[in-house]
Amino acid sequence: MKFLWAFLVGGGICVIGQLLLDLTALTPARILTSYVVAGVFLSAVGLYGPLVEFAGCGASVPLLGFGHLLAEGVRHAVDRSGFAGALWGGLGACAAGVTASLVCGLIAACFARSHDQN
Amino acid sequence: MRKKDVIFFEQPPVITHWAAIGGKKEGEGPLAEGFDQIFDDNSLGEESWEKAEQQLQEQCFSAAVSKAGISASELDLLLGGDLQNQCTATAYAASRVDVPFAGLYNACATMAEGLCIGACLAAGGFVKKEAVITSSHFCAAERQFRTPLNYGAKRAPTAQWTATASGCCILSRQGAGPRIRAVSFGRVRDLDVTDVNNMGAAMAPAAAETILSYFAASAQKPEEFDAIFTGDLGLVGSRLVKELCEKEGLAIPMHQDCGLLLFDREQQDVQAGASGAGCSASVLCAHILPGLQSGKYRRVLFLSTGALMSQISSLQGESIPGVAHLAELSAEGVQ
Amino acid sequence: MKTSKQEYKGLCEGASPRSKLVKDCLWAFFVGGAICLAGECIRRMWLMSGKTLSDAAAMTSVTLVAASAFATAMGWYQKLASKAGAGTLVPITGFANAVVSPAIEFKTEGLVTGTAARMFLIAGPVLVYGLSASVVWGIVYAFLRPWL
Repeated sequence: MKFLWAFLVGGGICVIGQLLLDLTALTPARILTSYVVAGVFLSAVGLYGPLVEFAGCGASVPLLGFGHLLAEGVRHAVDRSGFAGALWGGLGACAAGVTASLVCGLIAACFARSHDQN
Repeated sequence: MRKKDVIFFEQPPVITHWAAIGGKKEGEGPLAEGFDQIFDDNSLGEESWEKAEQQLQEQCFSAAVSKAGISASELDLLLGGDLQNQCTATAYAASRVDVPFAGLYNACATMAEGLCIGACLAAGGFVKKEAVITSSHFCAAERQFRTPLNYGAKRAPTAQWTATASGCCILSRQGAGPRIRAVSFGRVRDLDVTDVNNMGAAMAPAAAETILSYFAASAQKPEEFDAIFTGDLGLVGSRLVKELCEKEGLAIPMHQDCGLLLFDREQQDVQAGASGAGCSASVLCAHILPGLQSGKYRRVLFLSTGALMSQISSLQGESIPGVAHLAELSAEGVQ
Repeated sequence: MKTSKQEYKGLCEGASPRSKLVKDCLWAFFVGGAICLAGECIRRMWLMSGKTLSDAAAMTSVTLVAASAFATAMGWYQKLASKAGAGTLVPITGFANAVVSPAIEFKTEGLVTGTAARMFLIAGPVLVYGLSASVVWGIVYAFLRPWL
């Protein structure tokens, strides 16, 4: 069942993004940025956690989930070390994904080339 | 003789020879036959897209010069430009030949700009033979103006596809070939279009302005022309230029757009049509000039349209100014 | 010309073709949904291999990022995205694509000044605003904590 919800919720979040792309003048970079900030907010007010429980990767794989990850990381860090945790919690929580992206980028740059779209 | 914005030549300069080079998609398009050479590999064997565009120009220039049966050193002047920052494709291509070089930039209007300046210089007797060249390269333009080529993005339906092509004309004071009877440098028009994915709409007012001012000055009717070609207005701009002209009481049913001629929009996924400095240049050299030569066309107006913004100006929210230059071409000197 | 800027705006809207909303959304839904479904499958596999819940989540991200980087390097991600739109943009694979594609593209401008510097073209803003928002939330949470 969780698999179906992952598909439906994940697809639904992408459709919202598509509507923003088609109906507003927002560029892809702005949409990604807004999704992450919105994810932090939704997680902070306690709405996103239950959605991740419910839909698994359907909620955690879209960039809203990235925001949720940051917010959760900060919350745990503040629990542990007070105000200072606000600074290291976010980056710590997303470290694996971000570092993987950067390293993959570097490796890809060494081996891959730019592809003509024609 | 000058009447308003239009310069009429008593002794019209001649386009004696021309050449067009295209890339892969151009070779799959409806005008493939007219190109002198098609490259199926858009890298042209070079390591960067910028160098590929440079190579495109070098090949096009040497094709035109060899068709003319002259050596490059017989040319008095090379006029040219492209879309890369600081016009480097043309500058590097020009560094390979020993010809005086004047670089031009009017975005996609550069070909007509070059023809207008070149025709004036030839008619004035300042040069005997000269070359006008422009190019654009899809990949070089994409990585400079939009996004990396491997970046995943869906294109807007109003966006246009930069042509990977180059066109080169050899102009002469005398000789056989289509003649440039008149030219008109356009005025810049800006009707507050800010969408960089809708350049046709940004350039249409400038094209309408130049067409209207030509007919106001020349006492001729559109019906006397077989075609009025605009540079790269695409689907959206073509609709708009007709509407704008009709609003001023000038019907132009013979209007065609190079951006819609170069690719087949139904078969090739190019959204609203082709664009780029190489678009109007290559359609001129692969379709319009051969048409004048073969008798398909007797008299045509050729315009290139340019959108004069930069990445900085568009990020700063500025609207996009457009310009369109015009050359009146006639088959009367064709042998 | 007689046409005013205001009038021209109306003309432009009339002349410009619109996005095919239903088709775009279907593509985004199915491709986006499929990526999330794949993520869920990957997460189950990491869980079965004995990872803890949070480690499995992190490894899922890493796996998706690596897969996206490979597809980007081969030029496949762009092909899919030209149809799928937000379906490939919004998942974490879209973030990876936004890092990897400039890294490849700007290699010609050098590994430091090209690849490494331009990697953050889109990832930079995402991290800057995401982390800033998380810091704000952290401070608010630290104040509220005694009462929660």
